[in-house]
Amino acid sequence: MLRFIIRRLIQMVGVVLVLSFLLFMWLRSLPGGPVSAILGERATESRRQALEAALGLDQPIFVQYLKFLQRAIQGDFGISTQVLPGTDALEIFLMRLPATLELSFFAMLIAIPLGIPLGYFAARRRGSALDNTSIVVSLLGVAVPVFFTAFLLKYFFAIKWPIFPVSGRQSADVDATRVTGFFVLDGILTREWDAAWDAFMHLVLPSIALATIPFAIIFRITRASVLDVLDEDYVRTAEAKGLTLRVIRSRHVLRNAMLPVTTIIGLQVGLLLGGAVLTETVFSFPGIGQALAEAFRDKDYAVLQVLIMAAAAIFVLVNLLVDISYALIDPRVRAR
Amino acid sequence: MTDQQGTENPSTKRGLSYGERRKQRIDELAAASVDETPGVSLYASAWRRLRRNPVFLIGAGITVLFVILAVISPWLAPWDPAATPLLDKVRPQSNPIPGPEPGHPLGGDDRGRDLLSRLLVGSQQTLIVGVMATLFGLVGGITLGTLAGALGGWVDSVIMRMVDVLLSIPSLLLAISIAALAQKPSQWTVIIAIAVIQVPIFARLLRGSLLGQRVSDHVLAARALGVKRGAIVFRHMLPNALGPVIVQATLVLATAIIDAAALSFLGVGNSDDRRPEWGQMLARAQPFIYDHPHLAIYPAACIITVALGFTLMGESLREALDPKSRR
Repeated sequence: MLRFIIRRLIQMVGVVLVLSFLLFMWLRSLPGGPVSAILGERATESRRQALEAALGLDQPIFVQYLKFLQRAIQGDFGISTQVLPGTDALEIFLMRLPATLELSFFAMLIAIPLGIPLGYFAARRRGSALDNTSIVVSLLGVAVPVFFTAFLLKYFFAIKWPIFPVSGRQSADVDATRVTGFFVLDGILTREWDAAWDAFMHLVLPSIALATIPFAIIFRITRASVLDVLDEDYVRTAEAKGLTLRVIRSRHVLRNAMLPVTTIIGLQVGLLLGGAVLTETVFSFPGIGQALAEAFRDKDYAVLQVLIMAAAAIFVLVNLLVDISYALIDPRVRAR
Repeated sequence: MTDQQGTENPSTKRGLSYGERRKQRIDELAAASVDETPGVSLYASAWRRLRRNPVFLIGAGITVLFVILAVISPWLAPWDPAATPLLDKVRPQSNPIPGPEPGHPLGGDDRGRDLLSRLLVGSQQTLIVGVMATLFGLVGGITLGTLAGALGGWVDSVIMRMVDVLLSIPSLLLAISIAALAQKPSQWTVIIAIAVIQVPIFARLLRGSLLGQRVSDHVLAARALGVKRGAIVFRHMLPNALGPVIVQATLVLATAIIDAAALSFLGVGNSDDRRPEWGQMLARAQPFIYDHPHLAIYPAACIITVALGFTLMGESLREALDPKSRR
């Protein structure tokens, strides 16, 4: 088990290194480049060269990369020029991260408890009304663009019938104490129930919008996986042995069917990050997704660097955790 | 069993060269290893079940209608999508979006262009973006996947590590990053950005499928008979391994259209709106979305319908081609 984890850790470091190189090359080849971003398109040639020398852009590309790597390891990704001018880019990321984590957490809190049981019951009653309805809903979840779902939710439940707030994480008139940066948790910790409730209300619509795709995928994988397992010989054996239905379902069917579902839940992290860019933009939710969209629009290279690198690192890390948990659940994986 | 006798190619009995007969024998072996029920190939039985499957019929119906519409739309549309017949009705302050009137059943957009014509012609651009992105993704994915799955060894390791790195970047993020590289965003940057995010998926899928083929009996048989490696890969492994990739491609057609819409929404999509595309129309409707939601709802409904059509077709194809479901 330890060897398995170490091997995966080494692989992960490799992936992150290659990623950092790709990211570095990508930033260098963006139209305009950092010099134009700072000086504007109409700067004189001598000023451009002076800045290039100051930024070390006149050195060989691999020297630049090594310097970039050195700074990145020290957490220095540069200063934001557009999103929050003058602020350290890493700080912007750390400031925005709790919002997105909170949002993703609530989205998965909707997607998993809805997707797994529905998938399970749909598979058990294959072809029933429940099965067909859930399939249609899950297909719609995939077919509707996330930002359009977000818009519809906002239009109906925040504007037409103002049940939920239109945008943001917290109402301006709520005076909340910050402890962790997770607003709902902060409110509970400090017993400022009104602040917790307010933050929660702000989360409802964005999390539903964000949950649609992971829900659809978790539902479909669970359904397919349960259908597969129901056909297995060991289930028939268990039935022939005369085990009660409850034991067969919980021990034989559900436990085995959950294996692919764990993997797929880990893979959702990437989708959540992508979806967060769209959802947070629609709801002006101040998370890393919105920061990313802004950084792309305004060409804030420092912020882009740190956000993309962090997003990929989080994605890789979560998948490592999933692999490890997978190996814990299924001994066959360890053997490989 | 009697069936198998019946389907045997009669030409084997005639005087063919040794090589020809050997080729035929391998082909038969390859075919026999695929199907479990003798006499009916996987594809034939899949097709038989698909014809009776209402889900597939609905999906295929939507797809066919969409393709026909995309082809004939330039003749169908009452107005040129770039013309501005309603321009004098646009009042930026009081009435930015001209409403329906005779000759313009859906009204116009913020520049006075006929909305119905734009929706109709939009099907063409949407189809082009979806199909081209999927096609490029397929070509890239099949090339990499075949190299990795057929050659194995270090080629496999290198390609798969590359694929893993690409897969480790959230796909929408990757698409935005690639689209942002373009000096001037156009239809092609969108197509390439979306194609690139499909490449690792197709490559991985095909490689896995090829690995399964490599250890199968018909490939072993072909190798034992001394068939060249290239012939084994292209004639025996690839055709059998492509199934899941093709199914995935139908599903990707749906996500490609949706991703193109997302790119437009984030401002890195096709900026040239003289030839409209549904995702771009949806994104362009954002500023007017609360007062004139119809401007967003029409293109969104089109996208959803088409995406649903592709998905229904792809899902039922996948189910039909899954040998497990033949029972």
